Amino acid sequence: MPHVRILIRPKAGILDPQGTAVEQALPQLGFGGASNVRIGRLVELDVENTDELEAMCEKLLVNPLVEDYEIQTDVPAAS
Amino acid sequence: MALRIGVPQFPGSCDEVDALLAAGSVGDAELLWHRDRDLKGVDAVVIPGGFSYGDYLRAGAIAGLSPVMDAVADFAREGGPVLGICNGFQVLCAAGLLPGALLQNANRRFVCRQVELSVETTSTPWTAAAEPGQLLSIPAKHQSGRWYAPEEMLAEVRENDQVVFRYAAGGNFNGSLDDVAGVCNQSRNVVGLMPHPEHAVDPLTGSADGLVLFRSLLSGVAA
Repeated sequence: MPHVRILIRPKAGILDPQGTAVEQALPQLGFGGASNVRIGRLVELDVENTDELEAMCEKLLVNPLVEDYEIQTDVPAAS
Repeated sequence: MALRIGVPQFPGSCDEVDALLAAGSVGDAELLWHRDRDLKGVDAVVIPGGFSYGDYLRAGAIAGLSPVMDAVADFAREGGPVLGICNGFQVLCAAGLLPGALLQNANRRFVCRQVELSVETTSTPWTAAAEPGQLLSIPAKHQSGRWYAPEEMLAEVRENDQVVFRYAAGGNFNGSLDDVAGVCNQSRNVVGLMPHPEHAVDPLTGSADGLVLFRSLLSGVAA
């Protein structure tokens, strides 16, 4: 069964408080050079029919109003 | 005949008891279950606050797909009055019954405090008994209440007078777009808001300003 990875990101321009928190935390550990931190979600799944992935994203996995997604079908199967 | 108000309970709901109490002040309130496929003939529905299905994936996303929400969607399409409070608002947005989305508060904090809301329109079944511009003091308690809509949707919401509540001047603590605290659908029968009118129904707990939403039902449905 194909193994699939779906990357879900906050849309550009939408405030991402999680990303901001991490961005502010990094310098405290001495990592001063990181900016534009954005945090999204990763969904991994095995699916029989990859044609259904887009509908799955639009109907449940993603809120298209505020999130963008990217489907990666060519990924090695989970162990 | 007494007005009957249904309150659907999801796994993770936590404000259904106060919702029943508040709704019970204007009619007969009864609990519905998330697996119910019909609304038992109620005249109005209040979706309560909480953390339905643990807020997994996104707040309200899974609850929006539960069987009772199909019935609520049909009821809403037929013009039945539906009120979503806090998580209930998130559920209605996730189910596509209300415009916009609710994102994490801009200040990243769970905020629990009394807030002041202004009633922006009285032309909904949940605000009919209020005065235009009336200020309501009711509690808010949430971490993901920052209302957001893309530009075109916001324009449409403004043009159709769908903003029902705004945080009073200087009171927008969560970063909501345009100070929006609550909106309605285009046909105006479905209303959602983040603050909790059902927690403000008795002066003993600081304010009874939330009652006006429930009393509004009497001027609408029962007519």
